[in-house]
Amino acid sequence: MNIVVCVKRVPDTETKIKIGGDGKDIDPAGVEYVINPFDEFAVEEAIQIKEKSGEGEISILSLGTTDAQVIMRKAYAMGAEKGTHLSDDSANPDNLAVAKSLAAQLKEMSFDMVLFGKQAVDDDSAAVAVQVAKLLDIPIVTRIIKLDISDGKATVERESDAGKEILEVALPAAFAAEKGLNEPRYPKLMDIMKAKKKPLDQKEAQMDAAKMEILKMEYPPERPPGKIVGEGAEAVPELVNLLKNEAKMI
Amino acid sequence: MANNVLIYAEQMGGKFRPTAFEAVCQGKKIAQELGGEAIAVGIGSGIEDPASLGQYGADKVIVVDNEKLKDFTVDAYGKAFADVAGNNDPAVVLMSATYQGKDLGGYVSAALDAPIAADCTEWLVQDGKIQVKRPTYAGKAYVSIGFTGDVSVISIRPKVFALDEPDASKSANVENQDAAFSDSDFRSIVKEIIAKAGGKIDVSEADIIVSGGRGMKGPENFNILEEMAELLGAAVGASRTVVDEGWREHADQVGQTGKVVSPKLYIACGISGAIQHLAGMRTSKCIVAINKDPDAPIFNIADYGIVGDLFQVVPAMTAELKKVLGS
Repeated sequence: MNIVVCVKRVPDTETKIKIGGDGKDIDPAGVEYVINPFDEFAVEEAIQIKEKSGEGEISILSLGTTDAQVIMRKAYAMGAEKGTHLSDDSANPDNLAVAKSLAAQLKEMSFDMVLFGKQAVDDDSAAVAVQVAKLLDIPIVTRIIKLDISDGKATVERESDAGKEILEVALPAAFAAEKGLNEPRYPKLMDIMKAKKKPLDQKEAQMDAAKMEILKMEYPPERPPGKIVGEGAEAVPELVNLLKNEAKMI
Repeated sequence: MANNVLIYAEQMGGKFRPTAFEAVCQGKKIAQELGGEAIAVGIGSGIEDPASLGQYGADKVIVVDNEKLKDFTVDAYGKAFADVAGNNDPAVVLMSATYQGKDLGGYVSAALDAPIAADCTEWLVQDGKIQVKRPTYAGKAYVSIGFTGDVSVISIRPKVFALDEPDASKSANVENQDAAFSDSDFRSIVKEIIAKAGGKIDVSEADIIVSGGRGMKGPENFNILEEMAELLGAAVGASRTVVDEGWREHADQVGQTGKVVSPKLYIACGISGAIQHLAGMRTSKCIVAINKDPDAPIFNIADYGIVGDLFQVVPAMTAELKKVLGS
């Protein structure tokens, strides 16, 4: 079972965001960058599958600046063996262009599964995984919380608005990991050292021109300051009164 | 010149969901500004009363009704929707950013060779093209986006856009279309659905959410929130800590790694207000916080707050609400 896991370098979710000079993107100064948390579930799942089956290759794929390689090495430290960095400094906001770039590389690789995280925590679009699957003409199930493989088929579980769904999917297929799929491991120092020696190919990303542009970035609208109505149960009648007559919420 | 808006009208069990009406309503407004038609698309099996989408502004409804489409899979629904899009030359393709909408959006984006702006909270039409605003970095920044291609694919955040009153006098023309499915559209099959506990309102559809955090101290205490919620017709939400502890289900989790919700009223009980939680509820119209820590960050975003022990405040609220709401 050969698995490719796509990973993205993103700001840590604790980061306080500052808008940069051009007014269209964040100021990277002081930002801590990590592997997208949802992608970590995907990497961990690939490694667990390999540990169970004892065979197959896990490759990491990442598109971005050279800094992406730092993130790839983290996936290597978890247990991935090799990978390709698609080098691109353009920070293309066009998610389909990014998906096409990933798909073009994936077409040259042999895989039984492509794993993603359900969304990147910087962009929050949850688009690329499905776009890539469609471009590769393989089935995809997003937001999986369980994955079992047998007889060349995958059985997955995920939440939906109806409840929990169980789907059977023919391979090759793509899946996007949801929180709860597994508990990503913490690499030991020895694994981190070994990761430095694992092969990492760098190539230029094939990137289409963007059909989408960022006009500006701004902070969320300020909520008008709220009021502490009071302390303890005594404040309740006033709160309920305000909700009814001022906020007209009830 | 294409100026129609194609709108995905999500249904569950044959009935259109509230988010479908929201999407049709916005799609109509966009179509009016573009000078085109609002064409709603229903995909599923046993879809009821598609003409009723006219009440929310649909000029036409295209229905792909097929037994094979009883359960949603992105491959089959995507294929059906993409086929309809291919035949109708839309300027804008619109859906609500629900679970289905997010999946479908990615598929249609690739099928139509057009990028998608997902989970948008504002839109406008300028010089005949749509522009949108959407949250990024868990809502810590908003980007305004313009499209330069022929087709703009967008999804709108549920419950952010007010729903107009339906016009019962209106009814849309309905056209049935077959999708030319092949086996490869069904490489994913839904084998089983384990339905949610009956009667529970989903946090993403609720107008009011009563939500509990670490301050609830244990799963057994959520009954005080459920009591208040029942009175208000509300859903009960949960912070990430509470879900990680196993006190509540992940389906109830509000936050960056849970659901993003935008109810009219969000009542946060024993929730400190971590950035990742705020990401999931900061666009709520009215936020109430109950927490015994006066420095809890949640008070910075709340419209109204009570500093106090939720085990006293919440039951007191329920009692007061009973009086005021007269039940």
